[in-house]
Amino acid sequence: MHPSFSIIVFTVLSGAGYGMLAMLGYGAATRLLPPNPRFALAAFGVALGLTVAGLLASLFHLGRPARSWRAVSQWRSSWLSREGSAALLTFLPTLPFAAGWALFGNNSGVFALCGAIAGLLALATVFCTGMIYASLKPIHQWHNRWIVPGYLVIAILTGALWVNALLQARGLARPSVAGIAAAAALIGFLLKIGYWRYIDTTGARSTPQTATGLDQYGRVRMVDAPHTQDSFLSKEMGYRLARKHAWQLRRVTLLLGFFVPFVLAGLTIAITGRFATIMAMTAAASAMIGALVERWLFFAEAKHTVMLYYGAEKV
Amino acid sequence: MTSLPQNAAAKKLGLVIDLDTCVGCHACAVNCKEWNTGGHSAPLTDLDPYGPDATGVWFNRVHSFEAGETADGRTVHFPKSCLHCETAECVTVCPTGASYKRAEDGIVLVNADTCIGCKLCAWACPYGAREFDADDGVMKKCTLCIDRIYNENLAEIDRVPACVSTCPVGARHFGDLGDPESAVSRLVAERGGYDLMPELDYRPVNKYLPPRPRKAEAGCTGAPAALAPADDDLAGAGLLVRWLDRLLSR
Repeated sequence: MHPSFSIIVFTVLSGAGYGMLAMLGYGAATRLLPPNPRFALAAFGVALGLTVAGLLASLFHLGRPARSWRAVSQWRSSWLSREGSAALLTFLPTLPFAAGWALFGNNSGVFALCGAIAGLLALATVFCTGMIYASLKPIHQWHNRWIVPGYLVIAILTGALWVNALLQARGLARPSVAGIAAAAALIGFLLKIGYWRYIDTTGARSTPQTATGLDQYGRVRMVDAPHTQDSFLSKEMGYRLARKHAWQLRRVTLLLGFFVPFVLAGLTIAITGRFATIMAMTAAASAMIGALVERWLFFAEAKHTVMLYYGAEKV
Repeated sequence: MTSLPQNAAAKKLGLVIDLDTCVGCHACAVNCKEWNTGGHSAPLTDLDPYGPDATGVWFNRVHSFEAGETADGRTVHFPKSCLHCETAECVTVCPTGASYKRAEDGIVLVNADTCIGCKLCAWACPYGAREFDADDGVMKKCTLCIDRIYNENLAEIDRVPACVSTCPVGARHFGDLGDPESAVSRLVAERGGYDLMPELDYRPVNKYLPPRPRKAEAGCTGAPAALAPADDDLAGAGLLVRWLDRLLSR
């Protein structure tokens, strides 16, 4: 599948933003995070900035962005509609939650309740994002159980890393936030290795034989494509990535996305101060770059059954 | 609206495509483009139409395959358009309700006024039936020529999809596949018509008829196995014929 820049930016930035909201909601509900207004101002500023920037980026994917408000209407059947609805609904409890914490220095009681609801809605949004892909039967590399956990873990990882970095910067370090980030990095590392093993060792049930129904004659291969130049189909679904490049990018994903954040966030469990702040910031930035590469690969390595009609032997 | 119709009528309009007789001439694809660029989902935009990277929206495309490598292997021309599936996931994934399946005849359509151009329906279609019109910003697809088949301004014989009307070898058949007694349903039953990618369970309405078994021996075609020798009895022939026979037999 063609890696769409707007979707990659959207899922990574909004994923981190919703991950931060989940972390802040959890932190307020469990009284883990202090009611410090200056921290809250920075944290909600970054979280909402990431979320809104991502949502705006997603509009660039649309042919008719001005009509995007219609997308909240079909939540009964469409995961994309559910994602859009959850993404917007999250703002309702987030606004009082952020106001209570950042303006009144209060993140308990009713504000903590708003935070808990905001956190759950934020995770629900990311869950829906994963389900958009996991529900697509024509794409074997997406239609599996690795996708939703992958989206959730990377959102929690990047969200926790930014919260950890902002806590460190304010001198309010909480070891358990760094611990959650390190744990998410470890789980994400293992999840991606498991996912790549899965897509490398399995393939879609559909073949050129089932796509054409000509299996009774033997192997089916294309002799003439229906068009001489590219079409929407061959551009959108026909993206191909060289195997050696895929492995390079997988290593970059593991290194920047999970290994570096694991080590640096792990160190900030024990260390505080200016050096720890730099480490925590570096961990967050590294994870974001790793997540962008991971998301690019997520598209580039996905193969659509329509390519069976265009000469692909397997998808 | 993007939920599939709950109380759908029994009527399931669709196409039956005969892979035995299709000669791969692309006339169906061309006539489809011709009609539909002025039809329900008009225009079928072309970008850079006279340049080196001509690309554009087509509802019907003809692929050509080779199947098998033995003496029974063959070249098969394979036209492909929307299959108007019964469990059309292109419909259920639509976030706006622009993509819908008609309850009365099962035709899958896009409402160009509410489509946001997110392309998710194209991802959800395993067959590549949907094409994004980058110029119009909306998704386009085969309408089963909804503006022909119900068009009372056309003579009744012309109320079939453009691809069906133009096929020079009669490889395309249009009708109600929900009615087991219809001509298309009987054709499917008789010739062993099948679904594409049945493993995905989209339950396409359109069916494909397999190539017929190869006629390897003379008897299979109805021709005599050997020809009888020409009649060389000249008894009763005229003088000129006998003279010519003698001249040519020298």
